[in-house]
Amino acid sequence: MDLSQDKVLSTQRIFKSYNNRQVLEDVSFDISHGEIFVIMGGSGCGKSTLLRIMAGGVVPSHGEVIFSGKDIGRIAGEEKERIRRKFGMSFQSAALLDSLTVEENVSLPLKEHTRLNKDVIHIIAMMKLKLVGLQGFEAYMPNELSGGMKKRAGLARAIALDPEIVFYDEPTAGLDPVACAVIDQLILDLTKKLNITSIVVTHNMESVFRIADRVAMLYQGKLLQVGTVEDIRNSPNPIVQQFIHGSIEGPIQMEDKLSEAIF
Amino acid sequence: MILKFVEKIGVSFLGSCQVLRDGTMLLMETLYWIFIAPFQPRIERRKPIDVKAVTDQMVFMGYDSVIIVFFVTFFTGIVLAMQSAHQLSRMGGVIYVASLVTISLCRELGPVLTALVIAGRVGAAITAEIASMKVNEQIEALDTMAISPIRYLVVPKFIALLFMLPLLSIVGDAFGILGGYVVGVYNLHINSGLYLQIAFKFLTLKDVYTGLSKAMIFAVIITLVGVYQGLKTQGGAVGVGRSTTKSVVTSFILVILADCLMTGIYFFTGN
Repeated sequence: MDLSQDKVLSTQRIFKSYNNRQVLEDVSFDISHGEIFVIMGGSGCGKSTLLRIMAGGVVPSHGEVIFSGKDIGRIAGEEKERIRRKFGMSFQSAALLDSLTVEENVSLPLKEHTRLNKDVIHIIAMMKLKLVGLQGFEAYMPNELSGGMKKRAGLARAIALDPEIVFYDEPTAGLDPVACAVIDQLILDLTKKLNITSIVVTHNMESVFRIADRVAMLYQGKLLQVGTVEDIRNSPNPIVQQFIHGSIEGPIQMEDKLSEAIF
Repeated sequence: MILKFVEKIGVSFLGSCQVLRDGTMLLMETLYWIFIAPFQPRIERRKPIDVKAVTDQMVFMGYDSVIIVFFVTFFTGIVLAMQSAHQLSRMGGVIYVASLVTISLCRELGPVLTALVIAGRVGAAITAEIASMKVNEQIEALDTMAISPIRYLVVPKFIALLFMLPLLSIVGDAFGILGGYVVGVYNLHINSGLYLQIAFKFLTLKDVYTGLSKAMIFAVIITLVGVYQGLKTQGGAVGVGRSTTKSVVTSFILVILADCLMTGIYFFTGN
């Protein structure tokens, strides 16, 4: 695929700190239209924070996130709402509203943000549920669904308003390998079929190699490398190599944390 | 040692300022969604106030609370009548039990007791609901869908309780007066008609207004404290429990405090 295409979202020199602790340091990259961009890194490396900054939920300490010519962190009110309606987000815990049925969850953004009538909303919601393979489950409550199905329902909700960008926070965390593969396939299908851009945060290496067009490796809040899957696979960086092979020996030291946890 | 003490006072003072500021912001945003947003030109937003959500909340907060309000105020009416009868009988004024019970219920006990019961029942429910939504990323999900959690979750509760708490107070007043009546007629052997006549002889509409104005303030306190504690929740199931406890305790204290303040204002302005 041609990566020099128009970029939809770009982060420019993002810094973020919480209570004097630097979570993100100088993170910059561009994301092109229609690609699946994966941000990977260990737990606590700031990747979820980075995702939320890009989605406009968290404001960075310094730096800009540019989407259609505007800095997402610096706009507010009606304008921000309009932009955020072009984003969809799939959460680690699916985050379905548990007082609503699956269908009501999917139709919620439509009900809130459009003037479509009930029947049309019903049709759209059913269509989105079909896209994620959940037809027949529309009347279920979220707590009656399995983990993988919840994720898929969350995904259906994320694409309800036909977003331009969908953000995925750990889409495969806590799922069995088959469910993981199903979700990965879904991300691939949706991105290509609906012509959207997907930004995925994960530490599941299998997923990364299955779905990614490009990968960014984050380590201790810093961007180590951005490149295609091949670039990452052949990376000369020992940290990246250790991470993708999941080896104990290497520059990423866990002993300190381990011994702290045990003693 | 002393420096540390001063430092601690400073930190808790700043903390209180922060709470006050956040609470005011919460109130302002809620009022914005109720009074300003519905009258602004809407481009895509459909309905700023979800009437069905409001009525659902009214049923839960109001109708479902009648029984517990009955138990608390009815028996308080009985106790109040018996205690005051005991005192008044010494002065030969047993008949005034009727007006004493009625007026103290309408001005004071009805609204306060109802508010305390509702703080326990509804305030806790508000906090627990919002807190568990917070820890399960549901609040964040609403935010990402550009649905204001204040509008979607808080406004229906706010409106519902603002109407239901005064109504429940009136119901509570009535139950309490009934309790007093039971004691007056069946125990003190006051003639039924006479009891009712005395009960309402000294009761002015102003007494009822006073009680209702209190109930409205209590409603605002209970909803805001409940929502605030819910939205501030962190740290899983334990956090939800902690917030719920905090919400109920804070509501109790603030309700009593506000009651004291308002009674003081009415007292010194001669109302």
